[in-house]
Amino acid sequence: MTRIHVTVDGVAYSDEVEPRTLLVHYLRQSLGKTGTVVGCDTSNCGACTVHLDGVSVKSCNVLAVQADGHEVTTIEGLAEDGQLHPVQQAFHECHALQCGYCTPGMIMQACDVLKDNPDPTEAEIREGLEGNLCRCTGYHNIVKAVQQAAGQMRSASSGSGETADATEAAEVSA
Amino acid sequence: MIPASFDYVAPTTVDEALAALAEHGDDAKVLAGGQSLLPILRMRLNAPGVVVDLGRIPDLQGVCDDGDHIVIGAMTTYAAVLADDLVSTHASLLSKAVATVADPQIRHRGTLGGALVHADPAGDVGAPVLALGAELVVAGPGGQTRTVTADDFFEDLFTTAVGEGELLTQIRIPKHTGWGAHYEKFVRVSHQWSIVAVAATVRSEGGTIAEARVGLTNMGSTPLRAVSVENALVGQPATDEAIRAAVASVADGTNPPSDLNGDSDYRRHLATVLTRRAVLAAAGA
Amino acid sequence: MTTQMFGAPIRRKEDPRLVTGGGRYLDDLGNDALAAAFVRSPHAHARVVDIDASGAVDVEGVVAIYTHEDLPGAVGEPLPLLIPHPTLTHGRTGYALAKDEVNHVGEPVVMVVATDRYVAEDACQRIRVTYEQLPVVVGIEKARDGEALVHDDVPGNVAAHMTQEVGDVEAAMARAPHHLTLDLDIERSACTPMEGKGVYARWDAERDELRMYSSTQTSTGVRAAVAAKLGLPLQKVECIAPDVGGGFGVKIMHPWPEEVLVPWAARLIGQPVKWVEDRREHFISSAHERGQLQRVTVGFDDDGRVLALDVKFWHDNGAYTPYGIIVPIITSTQLLGPYKPGAYRCEFWSLYTNTVLVTPYRGAGRPQGCFAMERTMDSIADTLGLDRAEVRARNFILPEEMPYDHGLLFQDGRPLKYDSGDFPASLAKLKALVGWDDFAAYRAAAEAEGRKVGLGIGCYVEGTGVGPYEGGHIQIETSGRVNVSTGLTSQGQGHETVFAQIVAEELGVRLEDVHVTTGDTRRMPYAVGTFASRAAVMSGNAIALAARNVRAKALRIAADALEVSPDDLEIVDGTVRVKGAPTTSISLGTVSVLSNPLRYAFDEAARAATQFAGTFDPDKPPVADDDEPGLEGKDFYSPTQATFANGMHAAIVETDPVTAEIRILRYCVIHDCGTMINPMIVEGQVHGGVAQGVGGALYERMAYDESGQLLNASFMDFLMPYASEVPTVEADHLETPSPLNPLGIKGAGEAGCIPVSAVIASAIEDAEGFPITRMPISPSELWDLRRRHAGGEVPSLHRALHRALHRAPHRAPHPGLGRPTSPATPATTPRDGSTTTAAVTKETPA
Repeated sequence: MTRIHVTVDGVAYSDEVEPRTLLVHYLRQSLGKTGTVVGCDTSNCGACTVHLDGVSVKSCNVLAVQADGHEVTTIEGLAEDGQLHPVQQAFHECHALQCGYCTPGMIMQACDVLKDNPDPTEAEIREGLEGNLCRCTGYHNIVKAVQQAAGQMRSASSGSGETADATEAAEVSA
Repeated sequence: MIPASFDYVAPTTVDEALAALAEHGDDAKVLAGGQSLLPILRMRLNAPGVVVDLGRIPDLQGVCDDGDHIVIGAMTTYAAVLADDLVSTHASLLSKAVATVADPQIRHRGTLGGALVHADPAGDVGAPVLALGAELVVAGPGGQTRTVTADDFFEDLFTTAVGEGELLTQIRIPKHTGWGAHYEKFVRVSHQWSIVAVAATVRSEGGTIAEARVGLTNMGSTPLRAVSVENALVGQPATDEAIRAAVASVADGTNPPSDLNGDSDYRRHLATVLTRRAVLAAAGA
Repeated sequence: MTTQMFGAPIRRKEDPRLVTGGGRYLDDLGNDALAAAFVRSPHAHARVVDIDASGAVDVEGVVAIYTHEDLPGAVGEPLPLLIPHPTLTHGRTGYALAKDEVNHVGEPVVMVVATDRYVAEDACQRIRVTYEQLPVVVGIEKARDGEALVHDDVPGNVAAHMTQEVGDVEAAMARAPHHLTLDLDIERSACTPMEGKGVYARWDAERDELRMYSSTQTSTGVRAAVAAKLGLPLQKVECIAPDVGGGFGVKIMHPWPEEVLVPWAARLIGQPVKWVEDRREHFISSAHERGQLQRVTVGFDDDGRVLALDVKFWHDNGAYTPYGIIVPIITSTQLLGPYKPGAYRCEFWSLYTNTVLVTPYRGAGRPQGCFAMERTMDSIADTLGLDRAEVRARNFILPEEMPYDHGLLFQDGRPLKYDSGDFPASLAKLKALVGWDDFAAYRAAAEAEGRKVGLGIGCYVEGTGVGPYEGGHIQIETSGRVNVSTGLTSQGQGHETVFAQIVAEELGVRLEDVHVTTGDTRRMPYAVGTFASRAAVMSGNAIALAARNVRAKALRIAADALEVSPDDLEIVDGTVRVKGAPTTSISLGTVSVLSNPLRYAFDEAARAATQFAGTFDPDKPPVADDDEPGLEGKDFYSPTQATFANGMHAAIVETDPVTAEIRILRYCVIHDCGTMINPMIVEGQVHGGVAQGVGGALYERMAYDESGQLLNASFMDFLMPYASEVPTVEADHLETPSPLNPLGIKGAGEAGCIPVSAVIASAIEDAEGFPITRMPISPSELWDLRRRHAGGEVPSLHRALHRALHRAPHRAPHPGLGRPTSPATPATTPRDGSTTTAAVTKETPA
């Protein structure tokens, strides 16, 4: 067993884990954060996407010990004070989810896309989501939702006079 | 799909890592970005007793300028390579190939060195590294280093010149400043290993190809360099017709695989087409 | 009503929990449960000689290891054959754990229960099973030749042989002036929902009760099957489908071996047990669908009207037939689509192979049938030199011919009788949407640029909402909260929203006050399940009927309280009020209080219903003889037959003249599922269906080798479309209400995927100029076809020769046909002139 110190969704944790423990299983079983799910086991579907030190990773393809000393943000840490993150809100408004299983990973990856590129084209959104499978929606409404969220986040940040990236801000304070 | 149990070592220096490898011998497996290794462990295709994680060795990360070379630490992630101005300025072929690797999440974790040592012939970094004439710095027991040319690095399917107890530490790439570059990749879905891809970088002088480098992905058990095509391209005008003729024999002598995505005939055909497209794009035609 | 609920694109009630990680899928439950894992057969066909678990028993954390020998009574007997059929003369099912013989790679042989999945898999790896390999049957040809047998006692590997005939096919065929024969081939694909299967069971020893959760499309079915297997009274078994991460058919099959074994083990061990399928398990031990070989012979007149249609097909049903022969029956009947076939005969053989079993996948046999029929329509048009849409129109059943009885028996054993539909109107809409009549000019312009493009079309009819029944139960609490339950399950269709819309509309309550529960046998023990695009039709109507009952009761009680006639009352936003005098009102919550005469005033609201609270007629009992306490109602909907939805799709496809890469430039859909409850959700279903159809047409193929190993049993190798592959779907709707049910609705769930392979084949063939008879198709296969076509092995289409001879002058393309921004069309890819292929349509600039 190896002791790890990880900050998850703003809370510091310290646990003994087997070295082979996958980060996603640590989140789900040790911390009870079941919002992050497993879809394919081989890093192809992206359902398990979380942010590790602010960038998206597939948590079923990362060992918990590799996250030692790092910060993890999951879908459960995205909303602030009960307010949905703009990407979460847009997924709801654009009917960008059906069964909802890919949704946590899809939203986390969409946030990552928007962090690097606040005003992506449709093609850039599709490329940015190329590691995330959805079997229900046909992606059409997901792309729409990301576009809508991007617009909202841009107008929110310009409205408040802040140049800081809204996604980043949401994650840091989560 | 859970990995078998293993012990975990996370050295913070190359020497510590080499010592760990020396201690555990072939029972040890090196963990770089883990984007290929973890699925392999999860399928229990490999069950090492010890995993040596290179992720906490700062010396292995980052890109620096070394005169007529750029030096990329083996543990530099794809994302870091992609974001690096030195790479895009002096080895834009590598930037362009890395941009096509898998997906953003995998590019955040996967490393250039990890991919090179994994040596999957369908991987996207072998061909550009080969085409750019890179040198690979390998550290061995006791900390001694040796340099292997890219031509000598790839030995066979999943096999490189990095021996037991050794680590790839640096990728040294001769500067190709001002060279045009293109990585032409053929896949059926975006998140797929290359069916065939071609890495081409070209130095043009007044509409004529002065120098060309061409590497092939997934046209054999290792990435391949198309030297005869490179030679045939020199002195050619950057036109469709001239390039078409110069690259026509690119698939000669290759032994590409036949699999669910196409047989070897189709891959040879693709290699010719993609080489033409890659060289044309690299030449700015 | 202040807000129109029924028919509005209401945002989903499910979403807030699902976008925040608050969904509760199977594996999110039971964190304290023991974990099960399985040793599965590595061989496609073998005798189990010996199982040695001695290396595993000492693994720390292992709780139990079971083989078939350990299974008592019914648990050890063959799994049920769920849907018997007279022609399924050789139905065979497997065991929960293999007994003596395995018939496909992935069949469960040993079950391990341990403290967690990590330990369970460690133990599995240490169990040694000795097999004696047997001859393997893979592929329809090998099954058909019958040389090797999957089951020793099934000659020729034939599970079922069925023929249906309407009219005299031989005579009609003989009279027809033109004939064609097509040999067609569709490969296997699979549902592959993002969440695999999973089972979690808790045994309550104090009450002798089982509670189980399954990621299933039918909790009532699982409950009944498990009760039967475990010998438990039905009352002692509860089954709940939690949030389910997609189904698409594979989760309607039941009981899966794990659904029997996990509850059995939980009871035996006395601790909760959970099994969660991993992705490899899903590939090799769930179910696939689609694989068929087809031979179509058609006779037709000079106008392209079909006079006789004679179809034979061979259906690969995998190793077992627990779900009967529903899939080939649907193929054989739904093949007819919107057309009158003249005389029709369909004969099929359902064949065993040593592969994963075959059960319905979204579309359930229809994509194959549609492929056969639509390829036939295209061939007729090509043979006669007629427009492909026109040939279809000439064969349509017309609106005035509805209801139209084909004279065949459908999958539910009831007549194949279309209830409504306006096929000419749908076709007209489709042609306008895709720009059908302007395509020749578009093609000419594309060809001038050295590009190859093709236009494809496909039409289908889908029997939806099959019986036998579903129920709805509605109860209004004293707070005004409206609880709705129905027994079928949800896998992303938005039932919590659409059923709430129905109730809000019928009852006159606010959407936020309506709370829908699905798939929980504690709440609604009578139900069938979610499949066959039936949930909206069946449960939607049942819930509407139940709501009408509750409304009538509410009005009756309110009328008494307000001393007016029920006819003078209306319900608005949860308040019953007098029409024209809205201040004279009573809330539904208060009506609920009054509906339940009480002895005890447990809260302020209850006080009003107690025995000294008001006046009452001393001669009447507090609850009338013909009444029940409570403001609730229940009803069931059980139709005499299915209701038939329809749709027509068209696509413009571009094929790279050099690499044979296939790109969908436009994809257009006209969809008619009757009255829509929520058009946003219907459209989402269509988008998703098309995406799966695109997967089936271009990417997805279960690749078995001769030894029965599945070569691409992971998402690494089994290609599915990502955001970068699925085209933007341009959809429009027609709403032809069903006359069969109170709401006028038809099912929509499966529709999107049904014609896609047919449409894409039609478009590729149109681009290439030679027939496409096998789907899915990859660039390498298309390239190979081009070579064979160039070598004379593959014939040219008549219209390709015709086009080459009478090349239309170039005109500017129709504005609507401008090349759209397609995600599959990277702007940076250089275009090569077409030089390496010998396609007849070749036309390149210098």
